[in-house]
Amino acid sequence: MSELTLREASRKPDLLAPGHRLCAGCAEPMVVRMILKAVRGPTIATTATGCLEVATTIFPYTAWNLPWIHNAFENAAATASGIEAAWRAMRRKGRGPLSKYETLDVVAFAGDGGTYDIGLQALSGALERGHDFTYVLIDNEAYMNTGIQRSGGTPYAAETTTSPAGSVIPGKREWKKPIEDIVIAHRIPYAATLSPAYPLDVLRKARRAFEADGPAFLHAIVPCSRGWRFPPEKTIMVSRLAVQTCVFPLWECWLEKGRPVYRLSAPSEAVAKRPESKKPVEEYLSIQGRFRHLFQPKRRDDIIKSIQEWVDERWMQLLEKAGLG
Amino acid sequence: MGLNGDEAAAYAVKQVNPDVVAAYPITPQTIIVERFSEYVADGLVDTEFVSVESEHSALSCCVGAAAAGARAFTATAANGLALMWEITYIASALRLPIVMAVANRALSAPINIHNDHSDAMGARDSGWIQIWCENSQEVYDACIEAWRIGEHPEVQLPVMINLDGFTLSHTLENVLTLPDETVQEFVGEREFMRVKGHMGEADFRLDPERPLTIGPLDLPDFYFEHKLQQVEALKKALRAIPAVDEEYSKLSGRRYELIHPYRLEDAEIALIGLGSTMGTVMHVVDELREEGVKAGALKLRIFRPFPEEALKEAIRGIPAIGVLDRAISFGAPGGPLYEEVKTALYEEDERPIVVNYIHGLGGRDSPPDLIKSIYKSLDHARIRGRAMEKVVYAGVRG
Ligand SMILES: Cc1ncc(C[n+]2csc(CCOP(=O)(O)OP(=O)(O)O)c2C)c(N)n1
Repeated sequence: MSELTLREASRKPDLLAPGHRLCAGCAEPMVVRMILKAVRGPTIATTATGCLEVATTIFPYTAWNLPWIHNAFENAAATASGIEAAWRAMRRKGRGPLSKYETLDVVAFAGDGGTYDIGLQALSGALERGHDFTYVLIDNEAYMNTGIQRSGGTPYAAETTTSPAGSVIPGKREWKKPIEDIVIAHRIPYAATLSPAYPLDVLRKARRAFEADGPAFLHAIVPCSRGWRFPPEKTIMVSRLAVQTCVFPLWECWLEKGRPVYRLSAPSEAVAKRPESKKPVEEYLSIQGRFRHLFQPKRRDDIIKSIQEWVDERWMQLLEKAGLG
Repeated sequence: MGLNGDEAAAYAVKQVNPDVVAAYPITPQTIIVERFSEYVADGLVDTEFVSVESEHSALSCCVGAAAAGARAFTATAANGLALMWEITYIASALRLPIVMAVANRALSAPINIHNDHSDAMGARDSGWIQIWCENSQEVYDACIEAWRIGEHPEVQLPVMINLDGFTLSHTLENVLTLPDETVQEFVGEREFMRVKGHMGEADFRLDPERPLTIGPLDLPDFYFEHKLQQVEALKKALRAIPAVDEEYSKLSGRRYELIHPYRLEDAEIALIGLGSTMGTVMHVVDELREEGVKAGALKLRIFRPFPEEALKEAIRGIPAIGVLDRAISFGAPGGPLYEEVKTALYEEDERPIVVNYIHGLGGRDSPPDLIKSIYKSLDHARIRGRAMEKVVYAGVRG
């Protein structure tokens, strides 16, 4: 494995160029740019339908300085399978335009809608078949492109336009789907979580994902200023709080003798070592408008408590998996 | 050699040895995928065979592969094609010359695995070239020609090869095949369109050295123009197909063109149709001719792009035309082929009587007797000077 330093990364050209039309404060381009700094050489990207796709490729402009294709909403993993299969076939035959590349980093970007929900089948199929590609879930926890509707990745009690906080139902009624457990159950060689608040961690994990022999899955938390309702300049702060509260812990997972091995990443490891430093979820919830109804007009301690319990429970499970429980 | 329609497709694709085949089984297409995976297992091709988890992913995978510069093939039928619907439009709009065999089958519900054309007719507006086959020989030849047609520099579109489920897909016939080298020489290397990208002129593919953005967001200021480019490409296919066919005929001795007219010169009644029924139709024409009936037939080999001029030319002066449809367009004035033939004829100075015969849905047999009764009914319309009914459901209980 080759480590990538910040210095090296800063010297590489941005493959997602400035001038895209994603919202101010959007975490998606931050994560995408960081991940693309970690590519090893020739790279082909595909993006599912969603904010990232529509805001970076308004014809005749493009922000992508690498070969890029958008196919549809639910098939980023299938499209990537095809690209990888094409390269593999050309390598084998020793002819065809991609045959000269010894490595080809194929990367698929998809939102939570395109991953947890409509794209899950294609993702599962591609993982099961073992294509050598990196799937990046850019999780802003709702269908943002179509106007903040709930997805399988939306957290419990969050308000979206299809899970509104009403007088009877306080926001989304279901818990976030355990996508990582589902993905890792496929026994893929590498999976990790990312937060834009920790760029070096992102670079390192992205490089590991590209180097993995087989499918790799990167799950990035990408706070959305519009949908989560916080000021655009607070994106990194929210991204960091997600980790510090253990709502979105940072870890990586690889296979050893066919079994998944989990390791906490530095920011989450620090919390594991000093449990008293773990911040209460309230700190994370209260700065986001999508949870405002838990605090106003009446505090919903019951809901806040159940969210805290859920986070604690999942954190405990993670510690166990990482051998720290 | 003895091959059924599915095997003929698989064998031709084996000889082409494409880079990627992605497919999902559905009767009556399954034999294509099975045979092909045997070729892969035996090392007879060096194709990357992707056993996807659905037809949606099969075509999505082909889109990724073809965009990366590969030759990509898939096969499906009925509900599988319906599940691909979204991606059929994407494949053609992205100008990717994917080849797909469709073993035509009725669409659910009720579920029915037998032949009709409702699957392919549902995809008729998706921008694919559609070739329709009468027998396994035609399937074999089409599965070779399709690459050159789709990849023709002026065309660059996906090609769908239609073969009637069971009637062709599962029926053993003698098929004349070409040597592997002849096929490979004929298909040659894949050709690419040249386009202007943000790094200058480039092949239209995902090239790490000349990055292009394929499939961007297209707003009202450009979308319409891009659609017109697809229209143009399909128009150009009307010239490209005979050109490729002529080249192919030199190797194979078999020539197909866009349409196949049969005993039309002095015909007074003629049936127009697609697929395997046309074999029966031509047989009936011979019988009727012996009885002194001036019958003729017109088989359309290419349905998309619609060979309007060739069709009008071939049937000019024939007083009564019957159009055989093996699909219903619910709520429409008639079947899909009927509507197109009638539209094509509207500008003619002398318009024939046109009757629509919808037949054979869900695999119902269309034997010579039925075809003969259709000709009789058409002849009555000719003698009367008009059709009693515009649309006749032939061979159905009342
Ligand atoms: C088959 C299909 N259904 C629905 C849509 C409409 N659609 C486009 S983007 C989108 C939501 C994308 O949400 P997500 O994947 O979470 O990505 P985000 O935009 O939030 O980054 C939806 C529903 C579509 N394009 N295709």
